[in-house]
Order: sequence, then structure tokens, then C-alpha cells
Amino acid sequence: MSKSNSSSFIWLPVVIVIGLFCFAPQVVSAYRLELLTIFLINVILAQSYRLMTTTGDWTLCHYILMGVGAYATGILAKKFGVPFYAAMPLAAVITVGVSLILALPLSRTIGFAFFIASFALGEFIRHVWLKFHTPFGGARGVNGIPKLEIGQQGDWYFIDFWDSTNFYFFTLIFTVLALLVLYRIDRSRVGNAWKSIYADSELCESIGINVTRYRVLIFCVAGFFAGIAGSLLAYQVGSIDPHNFEMVEMVYLIIWVVVGGVKTYWGPLIGVFSMSLVFELARPLQEWRPLLFGLILILFLVFMPGGLETLLPRIKSFFLGLVGKKEVR
Amino acid sequence: MGFETFVQTFANALVLGSIYAMVAVGLALAFGVMQMANFSHGELFMAGAYVVYVLYSLVGLPFLVAVVAAFPIVALIGMLFERVLFRPTRGNVLSGFMATAGAGFIMQVLVGQQWGVGLMRSVVVPYKGSAEILGAAISWQRLVIIPATIIMVGGLWFFLKKVKAGKGLRACAQDPEAAVLQGISLNKMTSLAMLLSGGFAGVSGALMAPIIPVTPYMGHVYGVTAFIVVIVGGMASIEGAVLAAFILGFIHTFISTVYDSVTATMVGVLFMAIVLVVKPTGLLGNVKV
Repeated sequence: MSKSNSSSFIWLPVVIVIGLFCFAPQVVSAYRLELLTIFLINVILAQSYRLMTTTGDWTLCHYILMGVGAYATGILAKKFGVPFYAAMPLAAVITVGVSLILALPLSRTIGFAFFIASFALGEFIRHVWLKFHTPFGGARGVNGIPKLEIGQQGDWYFIDFWDSTNFYFFTLIFTVLALLVLYRIDRSRVGNAWKSIYADSELCESIGINVTRYRVLIFCVAGFFAGIAGSLLAYQVGSIDPHNFEMVEMVYLIIWVVVGGVKTYWGPLIGVFSMSLVFELARPLQEWRPLLFGLILILFLVFMPGGLETLLPRIKSFFLGLVGKKEVR
Repeated sequence: MGFETFVQTFANALVLGSIYAMVAVGLALAFGVMQMANFSHGELFMAGAYVVYVLYSLVGLPFLVAVVAAFPIVALIGMLFERVLFRPTRGNVLSGFMATAGAGFIMQVLVGQQWGVGLMRSVVVPYKGSAEILGAAISWQRLVIIPATIIMVGGLWFFLKKVKAGKGLRACAQDPEAAVLQGISLNKMTSLAMLLSGGFAGVSGALMAPIIPVTPYMGHVYGVTAFIVVIVGGMASIEGAVLAAFILGFIHTFISTVYDSVTATMVGVLFMAIVLVVKPTGLLGNVKV
């Protein structure tokens, strides 16, 4: 896959998509706009999860890390009155700290045990939220998180975040920034080291890559972005409780990533977009929706293990009549 | 804690450990043979409970018949999982695992749509009264789980050690390629493993149906606990699963008696984290996964 000549070609659609997102508030209703804001937050989450999977470590606690960011923001903003420009970085740093603690036992496991252990440790954090009423509010969570504030009423730089359009653009800026940074990380030397760990961790050890340290690092970097996403979520919804971060949500995140694919940078974006669309279209189905998503997950894993990102190459090779090798994950 | 409370808690811990053992043994067996894990093991447990609900509460068959019937019925679901989900994704443990997560969603929705989501299905207790042991009263319904586990796990042990098919299962768990070279059909063995795995989960769910509320989501907690048990015991180690089941049963019961169940769950998970740090292969396991 030579990407060098197509990389300039790919930026045109990116600019168009960003333009469309800037234009969106003009055409959609306020309710739809809030859904779009949540969608943008989910994009950060899915893309950071994709980063996590580049070493082959599929965690089951990414959603919990998002929750850590959301709780940190909520508590800082509500109990201590910390303004957003301090609360958001602090929340991200706290999430990184929690990630670091989690990574210590997790980095001793690989593959499947990593998967399960991350899930169990995530549940541990969720139970901490449930158990301790101060400061986490127990089962009722943190309510009445103050809205984001930039300036006071009357200041020339005042932005009213009760207007959902303003918060939408605030989120859009963060999403675009996060995606750019994640793109650079993915292409960087460190990113290549992570990919080589997935390819052959023993070989990496032999050429001087400290596999454990790199795996801890990726966990923290992915945790940082999950924390940012959680912080935005806390400001958007205004109240969070432990039920927001249950296993079901994590399965949906996995569905996005599986449907899109993780081999390329664009896979999760396609996945989160198409599945959010299906999710909204399936709203009339109500209780049958999990069944639909279960079926989608199974069908993709069995019949298209590479995700939607492999669809185009597949169609191409089909039409070229090549026998070509299938792309395997 | 007084002596009576202690005896009471001890007996409850034995009961809980037995249930954990019965659920987790199936998971460990299936993992050993297939190198694949079933995320919806808890949903198989739930299916067993619903078999009792339908056959015993709705149809009116004797409780024992319903429990025995749970074995083949849920075993069939297990075999279906193997055929539809694990065989196409064989060799990729994460794919199989996530595919069963999807299957769990499907089972929850189907059961919920058929028998209702909101209201819990109450199953009338068939074995009323309680046994008096050293001053503590333990209901028969709970106590009956202990001999049931001994019979089931003992039967499994006999099957694995003495019966030819059971030896085949162990051969596949040790080295699938060598087993195939000896003329053992890997497909038949994985199918058999999921059959047993489903059957065990089904029977344990069936036995618990009169004790805990029967809902489409009841299996989740047990599925998660089974995974913790299997990791602590060592993936693919059946003896380890039984040992870890009783350790976690005791941890959970004693801590929830003294403190509360949320703390108990937290301590259980911390215990797992410590085991992973000290001995990543689990207590009795020797394969690092």
C-alpha cells in the first residue's frame, strides 16, 4: 500500500468534511445538533481506541477511562469551581494517572488475559464510583455540572454556552485538533514502534524496544484522549452517573471500531459514522436495537473481519478479477 | 461476628463457591479445548434459569426434571455458538470473544421480548424449609447446590480422565495439532467442549433460578465472575477454576456480610489484579495467554 502519492489526494475530502461540519448548525435542529456534538466526542473516543489497538491490545476499559475524565471534570467544575481551561487539562492528566496505575498490572498480561483483566479493572473503577458517595455521588453520580464559561455576560469575549451551537463548535475544534494529533502520533517513530510490537513483540525486544514501557505509554496516550472526550461529555450532558459507563457502551465502541476496521487511520471514522447513522435510523426499533447491533457485530466479524475500510480494496480486486490475497487482520 | 453468623456465612460461601465452580468449569474447559472464550457464558447461565422458569413455573413439570432438562437445552445453544461463531473465527480469540458479545445482546433481546424485561420472573421455591446446622439455618434450596456441584464436577472429572472422548478433549487442550495427527476430530471436540460448557452453565442457572431474580440481564454478573475465576485459577485449568471459585466465593460472601456487596466485588477484582501481577499464569495454570 503506497500512500505517498495519494496522501495529498486524501486531504481534499478531509477539508470538505470539516467544511460540512462547520455548515451543519445552519441546517439541523437543536436536538440533532446535540446528537452531532455527542458524535464528535465519540469520534475522539473511537480514534483514541484505534490508537490503543495498534499494539494489538484491545482494552475493555476505554469507556471507563472516558468516565474518569468526565468525573474529574464534573467534580472539579462543580465542587471546586475550576474554570474549563484548567479543568479540562487537569481531567486529562488525572485520566493519564489512572491509566498509568491500570497499566502496571495490565502490562504483565497479553492478548486475551489483557482483554479480560482490563475489563475487570474497569469494573473496579466503576464500583469505586458506586461505592463512594463523596465525591462521586454513588449511584446517582454527579449532577448539575456547570456549563462551560468563557468570560462574563457583557465582556467582549463572552461566549454563551447555553446556546448549543457554540458548544458544538467548541467540540468541533477539539475533535479536529485531537484527530490531527492522533494522526501525527500514528505516523511518528513511536507509532511505528507500537505497530512493530503488534507485528512481533519478541523481535522488538531484540532490537532494543522496551515493549513493556511502550505498551504502558500507549495506554496513557490513549487514556489522555479518552479523558479529553470524557471532559467534553461532562460539559455537554451536565450530569454523569456510573450507568453511563457500563459494559454495553463499551460493546458499542467495539462495534464502531470492528465495523470500520483498525488497519488504517480512517477505519474507525467510517465505523463510528456509519454505526451512529444506523443507531439513529434504528431508533423506532427501540428494544430490538441491541439485537440488530449484535447481528451487525457477528456478521462483520465472520464475513468481513477487516471492517468497512477493506470494502473498497475488495471491490477493486473483485472487478480487476484478481485472485489476490484477502486482507487479514 | 458471632459463631452462628460465621457458620451461616461459611455455608453461604460454600454454596456460592459451588455455583461459581460450576459456571467457571465450563468456561475453562471450552477455553482449554478451543483457545476461544465465550463472552456470553453468563447468557447461557440466564438461559438455564429461563428453562426452569418455563418448564417448572409455566408448564408445571417437577423442579428436578426442569433442572435436568436445562442441560441438553442450553448445551444445544452452546453447540450453536460453536458452529456459528467460534468455527468461522477460529484462531482469532478476540474475534470469537466479541462475536459472542453480539450473541449475548441477541439472547437478551429475544428472551426479553418473549417473557418481558421489566418485571422479574419469580420462581416458586420448590425445596422449602431450612436445615439447622450448628445453630445456623440454611435453606434446602441453597444447600442442594453443594451435592449437585459435587456430582456435576465429579462427573466431569470422571469423563475427562476415564472416558475416551474426555481423553480426546484433554489431548486437544494440550496440543491441538498432535491431537489431530492422532485422528481426533478437532471440530467434534470443540463442539463437545461447547456442549459441556453450555450444559454446565445451564444447570447452574437452573439451580439458581429460585434463589435469585430471573431477568434477561441476570447472567452478566455471573459471566463476569466466571471470567475472574478462570483468570485467577489459570485459563484452561479446570482444577484451578474450582480452587479459585471457592476462594472467590469465600471472599465475596464474607466481605459482603461484613461490609457490602460493592466492596466485595471490588476486593474480588483487586485479588485478581494481584494474582496477575504476582503470577500472570493464574494459580494453577501454566499457559500464559
